Amino acid sequence: MPATSLAHALEGIRLHVVTGKGGVGKTTVAAALGLTLARGGGRVLLVEVEGRQGISQTFGVPPLGDTEVRLVQDSSGGELWGLSVDAKAALLEYLQSFYKLGRAGGALERMGVVDFATTIAPGVRDVLLTGKVFEAVGRTSGSRRGHGELVWDAVVLDAPPTGRVARFLAVNEQVADLAKVGPIHSQAQSITRMLRSSRSTVHLVTLLEEMPVQETTDAAAELSAAGFGVGTVVVNQVRTALVPDPVLARLGSDREALADTVRSDLATVGVRSGDRTVGGLLAETEAHAARLHLEDGLRDDIGALGRPTLDLPALAEGTEDGGVAMLADELAAQGVG
Amino acid sequence: MTASARAAKPLDVDALIEDRGVGVVVCCGSGGVGKTTTAAALGVRAAEAGRRVVVLTIDPARRLAQSLGLIELDNTPRPVEGVGAAAGGSLDAMMLDMKRTFDDVVLAHSTPDKAAQILENPFYQAVSSSFAGTQEYMAMERLGQLRAQAERDGTWDLVVVDTPPSRSALDFLDAPKRLGSFLDGRFIRLLAAPAKAGGRASMKLFSFGANLAAHTLSRVLGGQFLADVQTFVAALDTMFGGFRERADVTYALLKEPTTAFVVVAAPERDALREATYFVGRLGAEGMPLAGVVVNRMQVLEAPGLSGARALAAAEAVEDRAEDDLPSATAAVLRLHAALARTAARHEAHVRRFVAAHPGVPLSAVPAAATDIHDLDGLRAVGSALSGT
Repeated sequence: MPATSLAHALEGIRLHVVTGKGGVGKTTVAAALGLTLARGGGRVLLVEVEGRQGISQTFGVPPLGDTEVRLVQDSSGGELWGLSVDAKAALLEYLQSFYKLGRAGGALERMGVVDFATTIAPGVRDVLLTGKVFEAVGRTSGSRRGHGELVWDAVVLDAPPTGRVARFLAVNEQVADLAKVGPIHSQAQSITRMLRSSRSTVHLVTLLEEMPVQETTDAAAELSAAGFGVGTVVVNQVRTALVPDPVLARLGSDREALADTVRSDLATVGVRSGDRTVGGLLAETEAHAARLHLEDGLRDDIGALGRPTLDLPALAEGTEDGGVAMLADELAAQGVG
Repeated sequence: MTASARAAKPLDVDALIEDRGVGVVVCCGSGGVGKTTTAAALGVRAAEAGRRVVVLTIDPARRLAQSLGLIELDNTPRPVEGVGAAAGGSLDAMMLDMKRTFDDVVLAHSTPDKAAQILENPFYQAVSSSFAGTQEYMAMERLGQLRAQAERDGTWDLVVVDTPPSRSALDFLDAPKRLGSFLDGRFIRLLAAPAKAGGRASMKLFSFGANLAAHTLSRVLGGQFLADVQTFVAALDTMFGGFRERADVTYALLKEPTTAFVVVAAPERDALREATYFVGRLGAEGMPLAGVVVNRMQVLEAPGLSGARALAAAEAVEDRAEDDLPSATAAVLRLHAALARTAARHEAHVRRFVAAHPGVPLSAVPAAATDIHDLDGLRAVGSALSGT
């Protein structure tokens, strides 16, 4: 499959949905993507929906609530804002704005309906969360929706993990099937249309490890089949190849000679060069080689998806201390924003 | 075992799995930390220590599933060949099929007519197959079933459970309680009432607030949806009691000293933060924590050489080189320095965790160069877990 170009994959996109298997760093990647877009001069909203407070931790700001908070103001004039959507607050806000339910809202809360809706009732939670994102994507500065300037140039959604993302995005469709008439039905249909449009895309974050790549492949197929656009595949925590191929080759073909070279070099520069150290260094190199070999195979699997690929380096110090800014630099260098 | 792990009281995995008083081991933690692998490795090790084990996995990696002989998700424990027989133990493994589990509950607790009515209800179909949350309920339900079967037939003496990759690792702990409070709530009675009494007239029995709530729901959701929900709730009504009872039993089981929780993490900030939540929550609930497993620790094969010294040596070697060819020794040293840096970071994360949780036993498992796809790989993880 020929890979779509990056520029083509990102053109005109207003909603970037970022997903990945748990533990691959999707929150960090979503934050880096938001930052990159803001540095390009846009007004960007970064949204999380799982109440993890990943955004506040990534940017070192106090926990986010249900109002938008500015995280970064860039010299380009771009701004990055953050929002943590809470289903319960979204429900009450939704009922208030759509139905003017002063007293009924309170009654619903007392009856346990709000708890029911946001924790037990199937899908309602996801409907509310996607509904809030839908609202942000379409929000305009005018008094009515669709009038005036769009408030956000782009919205980046730190979405649920790959295992659940297709269900999460398709929830409105299922709700539209269950609720065949009424305002929920039409709202659900509008949200589905927005998520399926060419202005929304899903980015898949993975590591060069077997299970995340497998999940990425599965999710790409599942999302495409469900009618959602897949944007880029972001390969996170890519290790730099520190040992050149010829050295790795010698490790396989002539381990003894390589051990001798290392031993004598170490002795020359005055580092202790006992068998344990030399053997340990070579064992580390062997493990590295095995890992690289495995990663090559996984690269092929990712390539077969035919999507543009972005590589983000493994940060030796983790993502703390400005790591997200370094990742944003990387994304910009690879043509994002 | 790494230095920071040594600072903590070690988690004695072998004592845990050999303790006949322990009947359930629950592996929990955030996504991507190797929960399923840990559960499988504990299962293999316990079986080879003579226990008759069943491992309930939720969503195993394909090759890990294959290593346990699991080809498809069919909700039935299947024997894993070649494990434990020598020690008088055995290992069965299964993958959770949440819809199937839910269907089985319905079939077991209602008349055939009623069951058919429930299974065909569109609301039921949505709840049972697609929506978030169901997996947690059904994992708990299946755990309860396996435990009951183990006690009844003596098939197993140890159930090892992996937990769903939830939004929050705590979701599955909350699931039974949430179900209980929902079933006790006024709302469920409100939903059940009109369908049972056959119409809106019965709504008069409720307060003004309830009427308002029902009216609002009908406006928001559309009449048909609400009718589907009401039919569903009414149909389930008879079996709800049993549902709640079992949820309560499972919840109580989790608090018994025969249960042991193993919190699984990776040496990264986010995973350890989730582990912190979990440890705190288990303590608050009075649930027995056996300890914490930190997977994927970077360990060094040449620990005697510090990263800084390796880097300096690499520079010195390159400095002395007589040609411009890349020096193999320098490359190997730079790799070591990078690994040492990662190892130091992992150590620091674990050290912080240990400092914040004094007295919590902890076991660190070195990162494997490649992924695990056979029983020997699981055995190796098992030995690393037990520190042997």
